[in-house]
Amino acid sequence: MMSDVVKTDPTGITIEIVYRGIFQKTLAQRICRSIVLAARKRGYTGTAFGRYGDSPERNGVPAKYFAVVAINDLELESSMAKYEPKVVDIAVAVDDTLVKGVESWAWYGRQPIWKPVHAGGAVLVTSDKTPEAILAQTDTAERPYLMGIVPGLASFAGLWVFKDDHTDYRVLGALAKIAPDWVRIEDVKTLIQEQTKDGSAVASAQDGYDRTRLRAVKVGEGTSGHEVLQFEKPGWTTMRPGVIVDARKPGERNPYYKKYGARTLRPVVNFDTCIKCTMCWLDCPDECFEVTPEGHYEVVYEACIGCGICAQVCPVKDCIVMVDELKFEDNDDKWQLWKTDHDAYNRWFEQKSGVSADPKSTAGAGVMTAEREEND
Amino acid sequence: MAIEVKEREHKDVETEQLATGCEAIAEAIRLADVDVMAAYPIRPYDGVMQAAAKLIANGKMDVEYIVADGEHSQFEIVKHASTVGARVFCASSGVGWAYAMECLVVTPPLRIPMVCLVGNRALDDPGAFGVEHNDALFVRDLGWMLCWIDTSQEALDTTLIAYRVAEDRRVFLPLAISADGAFLTHSQAITMVPPKSKVDQFLPRYNRGDLLLHPDNPITVAPQANEDWVIEIRRQNDEAMKRASTVIEEAYADFRKVFGRGPENPWFEEYMTEDADIILVGMGTISLPMKVGIRNMRAQGKKVGLLRLRWFRPFPTEKIVAVLSKAKAIGIVDRDYSFGSPFNSGVVATEIRAALYNSDKRPPLLSFIGGLGGREVTLEDVYKVAELCYAAANAGKSDAKTHWLGVRE
Repeated sequence: MMSDVVKTDPTGITIEIVYRGIFQKTLAQRICRSIVLAARKRGYTGTAFGRYGDSPERNGVPAKYFAVVAINDLELESSMAKYEPKVVDIAVAVDDTLVKGVESWAWYGRQPIWKPVHAGGAVLVTSDKTPEAILAQTDTAERPYLMGIVPGLASFAGLWVFKDDHTDYRVLGALAKIAPDWVRIEDVKTLIQEQTKDGSAVASAQDGYDRTRLRAVKVGEGTSGHEVLQFEKPGWTTMRPGVIVDARKPGERNPYYKKYGARTLRPVVNFDTCIKCTMCWLDCPDECFEVTPEGHYEVVYEACIGCGICAQVCPVKDCIVMVDELKFEDNDDKWQLWKTDHDAYNRWFEQKSGVSADPKSTAGAGVMTAEREEND
Repeated sequence: MAIEVKEREHKDVETEQLATGCEAIAEAIRLADVDVMAAYPIRPYDGVMQAAAKLIANGKMDVEYIVADGEHSQFEIVKHASTVGARVFCASSGVGWAYAMECLVVTPPLRIPMVCLVGNRALDDPGAFGVEHNDALFVRDLGWMLCWIDTSQEALDTTLIAYRVAEDRRVFLPLAISADGAFLTHSQAITMVPPKSKVDQFLPRYNRGDLLLHPDNPITVAPQANEDWVIEIRRQNDEAMKRASTVIEEAYADFRKVFGRGPENPWFEEYMTEDADIILVGMGTISLPMKVGIRNMRAQGKKVGLLRLRWFRPFPTEKIVAVLSKAKAIGIVDRDYSFGSPFNSGVVATEIRAALYNSDKRPPLLSFIGGLGGREVTLEDVYKVAELCYAAANAGKSDAKTHWLGVRE
């Protein structure tokens, strides 16, 4: 029977917040600062830092922020002057689509969300979904860990123009629940009271503490649908001189360019209404579309970051629909299905997109949008 | 036709010209059959720009000559031309060279064998155009090869050697030739111009090999590379710079075989150092008053010699130590400054002091700053340097001070 509390070193705790570049950068920073400041209330010290690189400044690209709490300055030093800790006690995904994996530092490919979490550590996810639904999207566990679902939706509250939604306070409450030796709920509530003078913010922390659902994840649970890329790190004798890399030959894809971790919505195509105008193929910034023998354009989902430009430039209403990424458990391309079983494809299209595949239908926008509006 | 264009003629004999350093380099550009050069005017380098334009106008040279909108573009143009296989030339001075800095820093990691002239000029302010070496020294830590010359003949010869060295596949690094403003760039001297046939024997065509940017060789040059690759890229540059030492020695040896002139020791010129008690050190035209002063002092029985440093990068550490460690005192005159550096020395003094650190024999080393902003270094300056060096030799230690020559109190 797994404990509801994470096991940590007696000298300190390391927590990482996985978030999306720009949109959640300030949110992640606020959570990490509050972890350190709350721990400070019981005499511990700490540091908070973002993983230095490009990703924090790129819209929607997965990035990381860290909080390290230690019993004293000497213990803290071993966690400092690093880009990222190799091992963490808790990983927090502030957006549930991030459980599909996060790009490593320095572009060595997508990694499982639990990659740095040691056995007996925890993965917290802000989501309105069940632990099972989240697990269905998460790489097969190689070590046992504790999964916690913090009730809530993907938050934009880190951006100035969006209203605070207390995601940070709920996450702090959840952390106090699973790591009480380091982050005590009373310290969290005192800190929030001091910072906000807002009883509802304090209540949100308590809410996160009370309502976070925990589930022990055993080795082997999760999905094997994600490919883990292997990289040969070049040495100075094997690297080509002159900062030169081999270009791809026409028709060849870069096997390492698989950045779908940046995606929260994916384009789904109605091949029946497609007029083969080439606009999606031309305007896609990542060259994700392949031309089919019939002259349609199918999406290579491993390359697609979900920017939505194809859906914007498509001149046919509901021909390309952007759909919630968590409705899909793989990156399989469905064009083959459309060819072999046209009706099955259209049923799949309608089920995912919430839009009628019949061009004469007047059905409205995607289900995802409607769902999110209801939840607000 | 009003303008008579002389017929191209390349006789198989050496010709004699009265040429400035800039004009001599323009001749070398012609002889090396440079493909692309880019120009933007700034004194004192721009004599090259004018002389090259005249060679083109007179039908004596065929080169893609691009006038840029500033030094940044100027160096970018030739950098890109070099990636597609063009032999390139570029040049600037003082703050113009500084304005090109963003391009200058990326040229070594991209392994571009760009050959440049830096017509040494004092940096602004004040806006003056006399010689100081700080402009060229900007690139000393970046993977640029860097040498100083002191005559028009050396300007021409070194430019040919520069292409041999920079374009050697073992090296593929940019090379800047520094020439003192006014004293070399604008002063005419008798220069022997070799025939093209000999240059062709000495200098093979530039072959970029598998690094060539060409549709038949699909590569990407300088992508946003992985941040985790930087230290390996630096290490590659380090190795190329080390290999350059061998290639430089090969190139000078071949130059002597083909042209029948040129120094045996590429790295520095030794003048009366054989039996010298005091060895003076300098770079560029400062050697001329030093040589005159040394002859005068020798007439009085003072055993003074000169080591004129040609190659600053790669720095000939062991060779320079072998010569200088034999002296009773060393007097280094820098035509540059490094404010706040150890002992407030110039750059050359600091480097030589470091080079001597592991030597068993470390003679007293005196540091001098002279000739800044193009002020003439006089015989009196040279005598003063020697006098202080003798005092240090007798005392057996340096005064650990840096002396400024010819500065008004």
